[in-house]
Amino acid sequence: MQTYSFLRELADSWALLLLTLFFVGAAVWAFRPGSRAIHQDAANVIFKHDKSPGPLPGPSKEG
Amino acid sequence: MWDYAKLIVLAGVGLLAAIAANYAHDLPYMVNAIEVAIAAAITFIYVLRHVGEDTPKTPNEYQDGVIRAGVIATSFWGIVGFLVGVVIAFQLAFPSLNLGNVTEGILNFGRLRPLHTSAVIFAFGGNALIMSAFYVVQRTSAARLWGGNLGWFVFWGWQLMIVLAASSYILGGTEGKEYAETVWYIDLWITVVWVAFLAVFVGTLVKRREPHIYVANWFYLSMILTVAMLHLVNNAAIPVSILGSLSVPVYSGVQDAMVQWWYGHNAVGFFLTAGFLGMMYYFVPKQVERPVYSYKLSIIHFWALIFLYIWAGPHHLHYTALPDWASTLGMVFSVMLWMPSWGGMINGLMTLSGAWDKLRTDPVVRMMVIAIGFYGMSTFEGPVMSIKAVNSLSHYTDWTIGHVHSGALGWNGMITFSVLYFLTPRLWNRAGLYSLKLVSWHFWLATIGIVLYAASMWVSGIMEGLMWREVDANGFLVNAFADTVAAKFPMYVVRGLGGAMYLTGGLIMVYNLWMTVNAQPAKASAYAAVPAE
Repeated sequence: MQTYSFLRELADSWALLLLTLFFVGAAVWAFRPGSRAIHQDAANVIFKHDKSPGPLPGPSKEG
Repeated sequence: MWDYAKLIVLAGVGLLAAIAANYAHDLPYMVNAIEVAIAAAITFIYVLRHVGEDTPKTPNEYQDGVIRAGVIATSFWGIVGFLVGVVIAFQLAFPSLNLGNVTEGILNFGRLRPLHTSAVIFAFGGNALIMSAFYVVQRTSAARLWGGNLGWFVFWGWQLMIVLAASSYILGGTEGKEYAETVWYIDLWITVVWVAFLAVFVGTLVKRREPHIYVANWFYLSMILTVAMLHLVNNAAIPVSILGSLSVPVYSGVQDAMVQWWYGHNAVGFFLTAGFLGMMYYFVPKQVERPVYSYKLSIIHFWALIFLYIWAGPHHLHYTALPDWASTLGMVFSVMLWMPSWGGMINGLMTLSGAWDKLRTDPVVRMMVIAIGFYGMSTFEGPVMSIKAVNSLSHYTDWTIGHVHSGALGWNGMITFSVLYFLTPRLWNRAGLYSLKLVSWHFWLATIGIVLYAASMWVSGIMEGLMWREVDANGFLVNAFADTVAAKFPMYVVRGLGGAMYLTGGLIMVYNLWMTVNAQPAKASAYAAVPAE
């Protein structure tokens, strides 16, 4: 029963706070200055490597 | 050397399975052991015939063979699952279809129902998730699938699991946990295959040559990880004997119920939502040829979904032995879930902005849009039903079944169909689909089928709920349970017809895909007319 009470209290307080902060942090991080270009770039990844991964090795330059 | 190790392991597995079949304590275990022995023998012969062969190393090509196999398996199991669904729908309307005195109970509703749910969720949905994840992760990482033939192991391992589960169910093997009926040794096998799936997926991400991990991969990865965790915790059980299918769960009472619905709801949340959202975030932008409406919104969609879904399970246990605070928590989180769900729906729909005309010209886009529409509708209905006051009417009634099917048929089914239509011409290098007209037929049959299904279940469920709670002036219940069953008959027939229409649409799709591969001209190679410079 003591383990239960301890876990219950931890979940209600610090764990809840940390999870909420992480979530808010992730949302705020998405809107950080300079993220627009990165996101635009990421959103267009799907149009780049349709047929093959492109010539190897090294980072792909096909675009 | 590696081939010899494989042969030794396969021979050992086959031998042990044959011995286990001989000493089996029960029928499902014996049949499963024979199936394992046969599978090991077939694999043994296959490996033996290819000993010492060098597999060509082609790191600058995608591994599409396993995805083609996945497309075929998805279509096949889809039809099987829909067919069994139609059969059990009519069994409920006409109980004599159980054929109890002919088949000795093997084809009873109680045996076929888990066969239906597992066939559509894990065979149809699971194959769709695995093959589309393999397609998406390769294209967005600019890397060949990691692990060589491990992808093929995942594919065949999953098919073996399906066959084992299906034969076990109809012979009476079950753990009695909804959507996790598979007995203990099948659970162990699922774990092995799933870990291999995770390894292939993460391995491909690790060797990616593209700096970004595209958002669809986040959804797929969260699906793989969470399902692994859910599966392990919910199926914790101690086998009664190593030679039998019976096992005892390690939880009991309300804890067992809570673990089961923590699993059950997150199977919906991560298997049927997060994974299929991965499909949405890749295939919808691809089909309309525009990037996703808002990448920022997709990130927030992801994190909000992850943080909220995992708490929603207790809404399956309102007014039970579960503590009040837990069921209130489940209800509140379910209502909050509405926001990320609709954020995701808006993101998917708005991807079409500037290309809405495609709705008129491209039936595949239409299918994607109706899938997202049903995602929005069922994720609105779900939170409403999770509210305690509504749940006291809706719970245990057909309303729940209607809700599940508007999500499963409307969202999961339709998005999977559109992905199959997208992938088939590309994977078999065909100029296009065999017939867009047949896609339209499929679209309308499926849509009208879902509407018939959902509408009849709303009527039936609400009627049933109201009849159960009706009391007369003296406080006595007015209706016997059998009265509600009799009153539901017309709705059951309508539901069966809706299911039959959905199945017909599926058959039309299979014909269309078959003809696409076999009767369409190959696409002119892009390299044929490229000048040498």
